[in-house]
Amino acid sequence: MRYRYFPGCTLKGQAKNMENTTMAAAHALGIELVELDQWQCCGAVYPLYEDELISLLSPVRTLAAAEGEPLVSLCAACHHVLKRAQELMQRNEDARHKVTDYLEVDYKGEGRVLHFLEVLRDDLGFDKLKEMIKKPLEGRKIAAYYGCLLLRPSKVMQFDDPENPTIMEDLIKALGAEVVKSPYRTECCGAYLSVSEEAVARDTVSKIINSAREAGAEALITACPLCRYNLENCVDQDGKEPVKVYYFSELLAEAMGLQFDQLMSKALERRRGKNGNQQ
Amino acid sequence: MPRTGVFICHCGTNIAGTVDIARAIDASRNFPGVVHADEYRYLCSEMGQDLIKNAINENNLDRVVVGTCSPRMHEGTFRKAAAEAGLNPYMLEVANIREHCSWVHRDIEEGTPKAIALLRAAAAKVALNDPLDSPELEVEKRALVIGGGIAGIQAAIDIAEAGYVVDVVEREPSIGGRMAQLEKTFPTLDCSACILTPKMVEAAQHPNINLITYSEVEEVKGFVGQFDVKIKMKARSIDPVKCTGCGVCYEKCPAKAPSEFEMGMTKRKAIYVPFPQAVPNVPVIDRENCLYFKKGRCQICAKECPPQAVDYEQQDQIIERRYGAIIVATGFDQLDPSSYGEYGYGQHPDILTALEFERLFNASGPTGGKVVRLSDGKPPKKVVFIQCIGSRDKARGMNYCSKICCMFTAKQAILLKEKVPDAKSYVFYIDVRTAGKGYEEFQRRAAEEYDVAYLRGQVGKIFPEGDHLVVHGVDSLSGKVVDIKADMVVLAAASIARADAPEVGRIVGINSDSYHFFNEAHPKLKPVETHTAGVFIAGACQAPKDIPDTVAQAGAAAVKAIGLLSKDVLKGEACTAIVNQAECSGCLYCEAVCPYNAINHIEIEERYHEEMHKRTVAEVNPSLCQGCGSCSVACRSGSINLKGFTNEQILAEVDAICLQR
Repeated sequence: MRYRYFPGCTLKGQAKNMENTTMAAAHALGIELVELDQWQCCGAVYPLYEDELISLLSPVRTLAAAEGEPLVSLCAACHHVLKRAQELMQRNEDARHKVTDYLEVDYKGEGRVLHFLEVLRDDLGFDKLKEMIKKPLEGRKIAAYYGCLLLRPSKVMQFDDPENPTIMEDLIKALGAEVVKSPYRTECCGAYLSVSEEAVARDTVSKIINSAREAGAEALITACPLCRYNLENCVDQDGKEPVKVYYFSELLAEAMGLQFDQLMSKALERRRGKNGNQQ
Repeated sequence: MPRTGVFICHCGTNIAGTVDIARAIDASRNFPGVVHADEYRYLCSEMGQDLIKNAINENNLDRVVVGTCSPRMHEGTFRKAAAEAGLNPYMLEVANIREHCSWVHRDIEEGTPKAIALLRAAAAKVALNDPLDSPELEVEKRALVIGGGIAGIQAAIDIAEAGYVVDVVEREPSIGGRMAQLEKTFPTLDCSACILTPKMVEAAQHPNINLITYSEVEEVKGFVGQFDVKIKMKARSIDPVKCTGCGVCYEKCPAKAPSEFEMGMTKRKAIYVPFPQAVPNVPVIDRENCLYFKKGRCQICAKECPPQAVDYEQQDQIIERRYGAIIVATGFDQLDPSSYGEYGYGQHPDILTALEFERLFNASGPTGGKVVRLSDGKPPKKVVFIQCIGSRDKARGMNYCSKICCMFTAKQAILLKEKVPDAKSYVFYIDVRTAGKGYEEFQRRAAEEYDVAYLRGQVGKIFPEGDHLVVHGVDSLSGKVVDIKADMVVLAAASIARADAPEVGRIVGINSDSYHFFNEAHPKLKPVETHTAGVFIAGACQAPKDIPDTVAQAGAAAVKAIGLLSKDVLKGEACTAIVNQAECSGCLYCEAVCPYNAINHIEIEERYHEEMHKRTVAEVNPSLCQGCGSCSVACRSGSINLKGFTNEQILAEVDAICLQR
């Protein structure tokens, strides 16, 4: 299984661990993720105005660079922008002509745009994944936290049922852990309000964390670097047993039996192999 | 040479404001065949009609053109006037110079030449008119009502009281419909069964009413006055003549299945009557769940039945009968709210639809009339009602308002307070819509005297927390997000058309709107008629409605049916298609395009080269033909003509408009 891979800026910094663990796990699962050459910003935020085409230049250039091969990303925000930009290119011929003419690329909205979780669910299959797990996370009580970017708008993202998603719970089950369902798993994490109105973000995040704790979870998994940042930094654990926050890929790698040292060396090895001397 | 008279109506200023009548009269005098032209302020008035009649007699006219409003308005009026003056009514043509001309133009210089062109076209057409006769059709003096809910029952009683025999076909084992499932009715809170069951009994006992339950209409052929209907009576497996309704069979039956009547909240036996007051009180065996039909053993019901009424060998039967009129009263369904994931319906036993909640109040319902949580049997102290689930929801549901939810929610909140005095109700609403006699007062009473809190806003999420359900919503008037720890949640799910409404519409030959509710012929002036003559609609199969409106509409449909049945013969359509069989090549394209099954093919014999030859040609059944003209357009050899709209007449109109300026 070969995919083009778009990392996005966060995966090379703040969320480095999501990339490292995913790369290692993908390798072990026989999933080849080929990083795009000279990739650039995903666009960061999908524009609210349909005619704000300038914000689409970057994601459309990325989509075109996949050359029709399936394009995988890990960051929920990157995936969100790429998927929605693709949908607009498919739906709005006028916008497509303007953007592709400006970029001088030939792109008509083709190619699958996938989040890595979808690769696991739809292409590999959770049943198959379960068989390949080396160290099942038995006895661990894990809750999924989805946030908004992967799920909505549901008609475009086509990721999962926006009200009652199951993909991350199915992953947790496949990893051998116990699923804890928390009612706030699809609520907003506060997004960028953690910068401008921290109190609001604290309020929402505390609800998420507390409801997971009350439901019996020891940890949450997420696929979004911003969610993780807020869940870790805008919360008052109130002296109670803290609820840990992981990227889904960290638990995946753990269940695959991959150690951190191994992860690092494998990641470095791959990078050297692919890009020569580039770090 | 024809002697045509042209009459132009001012219609007050409706026409005269945009058409120069004097110029139109002058122009009309010069049309070929026109010997007389006149004008009047309101031609449709009695004086106006007299003007036409007198002119016909004085000028010896044999054809008439009236330049007035749309023929849909007054063609009948003027044809009748012409007939009273001794003309064949089809020797009159209407030039629509109002809807097609004066109403769509502002400038008299635009309107006048167009009116003249339309009048010239009508005069050219009328010159080619032939006298036509309407065929006479016999009327079968028997009515069919499809659906045995309150609409069907009321319509049947009204028709029967007028002296006509009426058959009521009901799909379920008992009549009663949705109203039988209700505990109380708004705004007077009378017990639904107490006012419905007398009507059910009346329908059962009426000598003119024939109840055909556990049956479905399979096929409708024919036309107004003579519908030929096939009804499938599903095998009941009980002999209704022998059965005394004692109930021993369903007491003893060991097999269970979810009760449809109780919305699956409880079980019934495989041999069952749907509810205690069922009419007829004759059980049916649900063969899918019966042990004998599934596995070939048991037969306990047959052994226990005192009059030996159980008959496992019974087969489905087909009844074929002719009816003069049909009333469709097939009712409605409740939307399944599980498509709205945020409400968690189907994932928690204490999240119910309103109809399910209603059953909890009923003494024969799943909880024996105790209002309790299905999860733990405790009475709910806090109940949240959510309105407009799927209604007024352009994005995911129906655009329309389901009309009855505001009222039944107020009703259920009042009933709850009476059953559980320390219960508190909250209602999330978009708007409270309670138009109707005594309705607003009723809803105010719920809010003011029964401590029902109305919150204007929507709910975003419902989830369990401990014993409670947290309802996470917004109160848009205070602008606050609210979390209510509720014991129970009741969803006012939208009223929707029955899932098989399109199929019923296809069988009966009536059309429906984009939500599959059946269409009335005119939203204001023909509310119970359909576009198919002789078929009427009543109740919630037309649109969501409450019981008073349903009963009123059922009465109206009955009156229309009675009016039809009271005639011995009907005048059929005079403008029907006719085949020139000498030219017909027998390709039968016409047969394929005819929407009324009015075209057959026959073999004719004709002499050809001294020998007799047989060949196939098309033939039109004039009593089925509705004059739509599809066949004459499809006919490749031009050998079908529509009387009153012949190819020659239409070409004459076109020529009159296009060639003569």
